[in-house]
Amino acid sequence: MMKTAISFTVNGRTREAFVPPRMLLSDFIRHELELPGTHVGCEHGVCGSCNVIVDGKAVRSCLMFAVQADGSDITTVEGYSTDAGLHPIQQAFWEEHGLQCGFCTPGMLAAAKELLAANPDPSDEDIREAISGNLCRCTGYEFIINAIRSAGKAMREADIQNTLQPV
Amino acid sequence: MASHLDTNVIPPSRQREAPRSGLTWIGQSIKRVEDPRILTGNGGYIDDLKMPGMAHAAMVSSPHAHARIVSIDTSKAKALPGVIGVYTGEDLAGVVDPCPSFASPPVPQHAMAMGKVRHVGEVVAAVVADDRYIAEDAAELIEVEWEVLPANVDIEASAAATGDALLHPDDRETNVALDESFSFGPVDDDFAAADRIVKRRLRWHRSSAQAIETSGVVAHYDAYKGGYTIHCNSNFYNFIPFVIGGSLRVSPGELRIVPVLTGGSFGSKVFSHKIIILTGGLSRLAGVPVKYIEDRLEHFTNSDSHGSDRLYDAELAVDKDGTFRSMRFTVMDDYGAYLQFGVGTHGNAMAQVTGPYTIGSFGMRVMAVLTNKCQQGPYRGFGSEVTNWVMERMVDAAADELDRDPVELREQNMIQPDAFPYMIPTGNIYDSGNFQKVLAEAKQMFDFDDWRAKAKAMRAEGRCVGIGLATCMERSVYGPTEWWSLNNKATPGFTLTSTPEGITARIDPSGKLFITLHSPMVGNSPETVVTQILAERLTVAPEDIVFNYSDSQTGFNGVGPQGSRFTAMIAGACVSASIKLEERLKRFGAHMLQRRPEDVELRNGMVAVRGLKDQEKSFAEIALTSSFFRLSFPDGEEFDSGLETTAVYDHPLSTDPDEDRKHLGIFYPIVGHICHIVAVEVDPGTGKVEMLDYAAVHDNGTIVNPRTLAGQVWGGTANGIGTTLSEQFHYNADGQFTNPNFAEFAMPTANEMPRNFNLGHVETPSPYTEYGIKGGGEGGRLGAPSALTSAIENALQDYGVKIAALPVTPPVLRGLIRDAEKIAAE
Ligand code: FES
Ligand code: FES
Repeated sequence: MMKTAISFTVNGRTREAFVPPRMLLSDFIRHELELPGTHVGCEHGVCGSCNVIVDGKAVRSCLMFAVQADGSDITTVEGYSTDAGLHPIQQAFWEEHGLQCGFCTPGMLAAAKELLAANPDPSDEDIREAISGNLCRCTGYEFIINAIRSAGKAMREADIQNTLQPV
Repeated sequence: MASHLDTNVIPPSRQREAPRSGLTWIGQSIKRVEDPRILTGNGGYIDDLKMPGMAHAAMVSSPHAHARIVSIDTSKAKALPGVIGVYTGEDLAGVVDPCPSFASPPVPQHAMAMGKVRHVGEVVAAVVADDRYIAEDAAELIEVEWEVLPANVDIEASAAATGDALLHPDDRETNVALDESFSFGPVDDDFAAADRIVKRRLRWHRSSAQAIETSGVVAHYDAYKGGYTIHCNSNFYNFIPFVIGGSLRVSPGELRIVPVLTGGSFGSKVFSHKIIILTGGLSRLAGVPVKYIEDRLEHFTNSDSHGSDRLYDAELAVDKDGTFRSMRFTVMDDYGAYLQFGVGTHGNAMAQVTGPYTIGSFGMRVMAVLTNKCQQGPYRGFGSEVTNWVMERMVDAAADELDRDPVELREQNMIQPDAFPYMIPTGNIYDSGNFQKVLAEAKQMFDFDDWRAKAKAMRAEGRCVGIGLATCMERSVYGPTEWWSLNNKATPGFTLTSTPEGITARIDPSGKLFITLHSPMVGNSPETVVTQILAERLTVAPEDIVFNYSDSQTGFNGVGPQGSRFTAMIAGACVSASIKLEERLKRFGAHMLQRRPEDVELRNGMVAVRGLKDQEKSFAEIALTSSFFRLSFPDGEEFDSGLETTAVYDHPLSTDPDEDRKHLGIFYPIVGHICHIVAVEVDPGTGKVEMLDYAAVHDNGTIVNPRTLAGQVWGGTANGIGTTLSEQFHYNADGQFTNPNFAEFAMPTANEMPRNFNLGHVETPSPYTEYGIKGGGEGGRLGAPSALTSAIENALQDYGVKIAALPVTPPVLRGLIRDAEKIAAE
């Protein structure tokens, strides 16, 4: 199959690749870029576990082709933490028990990142709304909501600018 | 105690660590040990695995519910560049035998269909190719000619089917795979003596766990390199690998099953044998490592994990004063096309079928009906979630007919706190409990009397507001007789009585405690729990404990997370390992301190002389010396080098079923208790249900980690809410599964969860398990459906709506309201 050249930034690194036009962004990230933290739960756009941040927005990577990411800036879960430690949202998920099996977690983190970038002090209803496109079968959501609330607080107190980039 | 139970003698307790207050680590909400690697994307799930030379499989699935395979043309698929091989059921049968079955007599199943298909989604051919895209392209080029047969969709109709509608005509002349009747105690006498018999027909529809990760396997067969290496997200890999080896035609020495982190199970990945055998066989045929990950459609239609699908005709014998005397029912269960676990889900329900109530006898006829649907497997509750709901429905029905307050009627019949251990008519025991305390706590948390008054006032304003309360049992720590105790006595099958859990522990020369677990992590918290128990028992720091998972060749005796058993069972193994390690630590340490082992104790990761400060050796010093300085210790094998031990913990309390099945023995005795109370408002115009307030109090004995337990309760409650309000698999008359996707099978999102959810705990420790721990993995789903159903019925009392089937989706509720209005108008 014909391949198309694309170039993009992923987790702060500029990269180039040749991809078949029909390859899903989720497959490209997982299997070609070998960043397995982006998960695939349904491949039909409902569960949100494949969410990644593309140009500042949380998007379903299973509903996008890799070629559509040409020229984009992509952040996956692998890009959240730094040598200095977990991102405050990851830290809050750890402290508040926001994950059990962890399969939905990267998508939840992306949704939380997008929310807190736009609204640093969300109400619980705002949080519910923001993650209502993400399915979790383990937690019943309550501790995820707690985690996002407390991440917002921690980031406000530490005055962390959520730029949707690694902090 | 009723006389049919005389022969069922309760064994003495083997508890070594008594429940007590003042523990350091047990009871703390420590952060999970498992989380950092998962949070950063490095969990290591099955689809994250890549092997050199790995190929990818895609399946051709049956579009028909029931059909003969006339021919399969694979030529076009084989010709596609990038395709390594295309295989049919006959090809696969060249290298693998049929799937194992625990049903007795078995219902034969092949990993890939041969001759005919019995449900939509059953695999008929597979492609192995360089990548999944090519494999799927090739799968579309395979042409199958079918001869369509009559589809069995309805339980009752299928039970009566004949001729071409029979699913397994070579093996049985009926679609009823099992039909057995039981009488536990004087059921007929009790019914004859009762003042009133409350009767209901109740229906529980099919759904399943649908973990967000599907099932998957990476298999590699290499005859010259030890046979099969199979990575998979099965829970059960260390207990019965030889059974899978049997189907793969290799000895366990030529089969290594390696666990991976699993993205949720809730029972659905307990065994996963079919996908293991299928992918294994494809690797052997293709001669390369093969990855096969189900897509969501395949997981819905072919993963052998559908939940209960039952029709009950239930009767409760009650006296005028409200005393429950006896219960009996006939239950037909739509098991789908095969019967992998026999009627284990009904065996399970026998653990607590009479609920928290004093009911003297119980009778049942159970029929396992085969239909043209994917077969059942476990789903959180394993059948007991249904009988909990049936029991609570019957109590509400009795309250209705006797014009009694449903809560008072429950209290009147509840087992008293001084009656434990309490043996129920089936022979299982409830080890301990205080149901009254759980109820009182839940009522207080919910502000029950206040809410009742409020709801009444709201109804007076014309709003449909109601309150439901359920008091349910939460059996934990299963014994395996549930798999076979309801089979015909003449053909009981494999009468397994062991469910061990094991652990391997080693203190390395740096003082780190290396733990090998023999069961996988599926979203539970095995490492966290073990950390807390070992830190408690051995006085080590949690950060000094390091985890590994064995494979099927290095591991042993791990039954894994299922049946709410793991925490209590692994605690037992941890205590056994700790006792052995402590003895060795003390022997070496005392020698180094020039003391007798009786004179030393464990203190903060040291072996220390009792009563003396500063006279101590750290575990690291002892481990280093015992590992590298053999000549520092006396001769004799008790000083063999190193600090290592293995330990196995067997089920703490079980007995055999009675030979004549007058009772089923003790098999699920570590019981928790649940009270859920919920207030709902129903919009009668749309059928939408809103939860206004929710209180759940659970008694899971001694709690190891309150926050992870709360997570289980929350998650289980969310599953129960889905089961009650929205989740159902739909089939049309042709047996087409019409909603096998996340858009149309509606699982709760954050928006569907109650806004006010209050969770409480009562701790009645078990007298039989270490520290008094009870299991708590299934509770939410064991309680929520009953309470929520009651609340909705209560809210619609002015319409006279009765709920006899779940789920009650908005259209279903609208239908019930419309019917009630019609009746009222007539
Ligand atoms: S995998 Fe993309 S939304 Fe489910
Ligand atoms: S943590 Fe398992 S699906 Fe969300």
